[in-house]
Amino acid sequence: MENENYIIEMLNITKEFPGIVANDNITLRLKKGEIHALLGENGAGKSTLMSVLFGLYQPEKGEIRKNGEVVKINNPNDANDLGIGMVHQHFRLVEVFTVLENIILGVEPTKNGFLDMDQAREKVVDLSQRYGLKVDPDAVIEDISVGMQQRVEILKMLYRDNEILIFDEPTAVLTPQEIAELLQIMKDLANEGKSILFISHKLNEIMAVADRCTVLRKGKCMGTVEIKDTTKEELSRMMVGREVSLKVDKKESQPGEVVLSIRNMTVPSKIHKNNAVRDVSFDVRRGEIVCIAGIDGNGQTELVQALTGLEKMLTGSINLCGKDISKASIRERSVAGISHIPEDRQKYGLVLDYTLEENLVLQRYWQPQFQNKGFIKFDEVRKYALRLIEKFDIRSGQGPITIVRSMSGGNQQKAIIAREMDKDHELLVAVQPTRGLDVGAIEYIHKMLVEGRDNGKAVLLVSLELDEVLNVSDRILVMYEGEIVGELDPKETTDEELGLYMSGAKRDNVKEIYNAG
Amino acid sequence: MQDKNGMNSKTKEKKKISDIKGFSSFTSALMAIVVGLLFGFIVMLLANPNNAVAGFRYVLLGGLGRFGDVLYFATPILMTGLSVAFAFKMGLFNIGASGQYTMGMFFTLYVAFMFNLPPSIHWIVAILAGMIGGMLWGFIPGIFKSLLNVNEVITSIMTNYIGMYLVDMLIRSNEAMYIPSMTRTKYIPQQVQIRSLGIAGSNVNFGVIFAILIAILLYVVLQKTTFGYELKATGYNKHAAEYAGMNGKRNIILTMVIAGALSGLGGAFAILAPSEIIGSSMTYEPINVIAANGFNGIAVALLGNSHPIGTIFSALFISYIQRGGTLASLVGYKPEIIDLVIAVIIYFSAFAAIMSSGIRRIFSNRREKESLITEPQIGESSENVDSGGNDEIEKNTNKEAE
Repeated sequence: MENENYIIEMLNITKEFPGIVANDNITLRLKKGEIHALLGENGAGKSTLMSVLFGLYQPEKGEIRKNGEVVKINNPNDANDLGIGMVHQHFRLVEVFTVLENIILGVEPTKNGFLDMDQAREKVVDLSQRYGLKVDPDAVIEDISVGMQQRVEILKMLYRDNEILIFDEPTAVLTPQEIAELLQIMKDLANEGKSILFISHKLNEIMAVADRCTVLRKGKCMGTVEIKDTTKEELSRMMVGREVSLKVDKKESQPGEVVLSIRNMTVPSKIHKNNAVRDVSFDVRRGEIVCIAGIDGNGQTELVQALTGLEKMLTGSINLCGKDISKASIRERSVAGISHIPEDRQKYGLVLDYTLEENLVLQRYWQPQFQNKGFIKFDEVRKYALRLIEKFDIRSGQGPITIVRSMSGGNQQKAIIAREMDKDHELLVAVQPTRGLDVGAIEYIHKMLVEGRDNGKAVLLVSLELDEVLNVSDRILVMYEGEIVGELDPKETTDEELGLYMSGAKRDNVKEIYNAG
Repeated sequence: MQDKNGMNSKTKEKKKISDIKGFSSFTSALMAIVVGLLFGFIVMLLANPNNAVAGFRYVLLGGLGRFGDVLYFATPILMTGLSVAFAFKMGLFNIGASGQYTMGMFFTLYVAFMFNLPPSIHWIVAILAGMIGGMLWGFIPGIFKSLLNVNEVITSIMTNYIGMYLVDMLIRSNEAMYIPSMTRTKYIPQQVQIRSLGIAGSNVNFGVIFAILIAILLYVVLQKTTFGYELKATGYNKHAAEYAGMNGKRNIILTMVIAGALSGLGGAFAILAPSEIIGSSMTYEPINVIAANGFNGIAVALLGNSHPIGTIFSALFISYIQRGGTLASLVGYKPEIIDLVIAVIIYFSAFAAIMSSGIRRIFSNRREKESLITEPQIGESSENVDSGGNDEIEKNTNKEAE
């Protein structure tokens, strides 16, 4: 029987949500000992499918089989009993516990009612040696690197004797070096007979490690292909449904005079005792896109918050077009010429329960154009909103009076971009502007950033995506542990070199340049 | 072809009704009222089966014959209701309406007894004094919240007690105001009383007109002005308001001061009401009890969905049913039964809000599905579904970890 090869089969799974079919007759078969990639854009139904496998959702149609036998997975505990484990994109670890304590959490071995740590330690050390997962069992989670935290998550699954391992976008938080390491670990695990489901939208990684790949698009299964018989281009066509240009089309930059000049900025951290940004200095010029690259949590967020006025600096100065704005309020900085596409668009960028038109004037409702003696001129607001909607192609159910909460993520982001780009500004600060968006929207946003640059604005882009950093920027500043450790030219550098800077393995003395000048 | 057109126009109509926000909060309030009344009837049945029908009739219809009184008793709770509703728009829970109300009352009394002013303006000054008293008492939680980030619920509970004891103390020690033997204040000079509307058999006065005008004014402020825009934006999402450069600290203080002013005016309107009996007036009894009208304001605001116009109707309704409730005592029911019914109504208005939003969602989903068939653009909603899925996973694993 052919079935005997498959450890898990999800057959004809259909999962509907009110108004939308999230999974439409999807079949996914996982062979024992293979790495099976699940590829798809945001909203393609990957997470829903995995939630069905993990027992979080019950499908309307279809069945799940393990080793050919139909099983019913009602909740994550059932999934665990069947040997299904998952490494989430955001780790589920107790920060103040040690590695060992985290691994045994929930399945603590006991002797006469007392914890038997020795037995647990033996098993953990044994597993970590067998699979090459280097961890220090006694280190506290908050002190160890993200890469090691991920290894702890993997050990958690192995400790529970899981045979089917789901990795949900595991490389998003890693440096290129750590990614290479992880991919090797995945291969080793597969060789040891574990079966792996690898959720990703990064084609390079899938090509490097997977045996087979199932592609989803808009809830439908586009097919399963053997990786050795396919190409990146074919996969991306299957995923998006059309040809996509993965390269950003732009001219050589023509940097003009300095617009933003930051000197010796230090910002305290809210999370730990150290400073989040430490003595950072740099310039951004008219007509260039400067990108701050780095792994999440190395001070980029705090840097931008201090720049836009959401946080206070400890020391340092910010100069915009020759004007000192170090002590200016948020409103004053905005008026002085900073436009800000915030990192968290729903938390900061939008009032979700306001209409689209109300959100489009969020930065400008107080200007004479839109108010008279404290009364808002709704006619003007409507006219302005209609113009922006047209110009930036913002799609929504009811036009200007659509409640923003009901709009898609891509169009919400377009609304913010429209608002910030149309406002008078000299400097555009864009923080992860493409996060969570699909390929089409990403293309659009990159185009807008380049357009802003070509119109003589200064653009400061903060990004965690290496592809974006290398494709869009004219100059790269790498941030590591709150400091700028390298200034690179995107045309000359490589993934590997960037990775070395991002992980702190390599650093130049960038400060000197600015402090001297 | 014709069928299809018919369907389209139908969905359009559905859209119109179910999309109007006011409509859905009105239906939800209505549902809450019906359930609350049913519950009240059951309690009446259990308490005294024989008179339940008669008693319930009093509750339902008793207010009709006493329309003047309904308006009169609605005035103070409309003002405290507006106070709570207004603060709520900014995301602040003004539980201190009672203290502000009492403080406003005291300031009014002080002006009424201690100031010697021409009759034509005396009552106006007294009302304004009440407003200032309320403002002061709203300012205290406001400034603590904005500068020190102290939760306004805690501070305003405190100011309720401080205000009440302070006022009781000041009144008892003031011989010009207080009659110790009767444990109440003296009658207020007639020139300071607000003019009666002249409905026989009730104390209803111009206060209710002022209150309704103030409600409409608040509606305009919230809907049409930049201040209202900032206020609501802060209430919906304070991070976005901060990001847009709105002055959150100033707005918090301003909102609490305005909320206090509204409650204070409520106190002024209540104490300055004229009496039907010539030569008498409303009085204040310093008996160490927190003013119930403040807490009733919370109920009024909730039932009115924190909307100024909705608050007018909910204040009238609650006042109406309270009048009916007092009549139910004619057939042997304790007036507390009506407090119980009101409590149930408030309780269910929260449920009803959830229910009606659920109904709306079903409506809109059906519409979405239909539009899906005609124009296959599912990218938008499927994205939401996907992220929803992610959240689910997160939640569940959190549970696991715990």
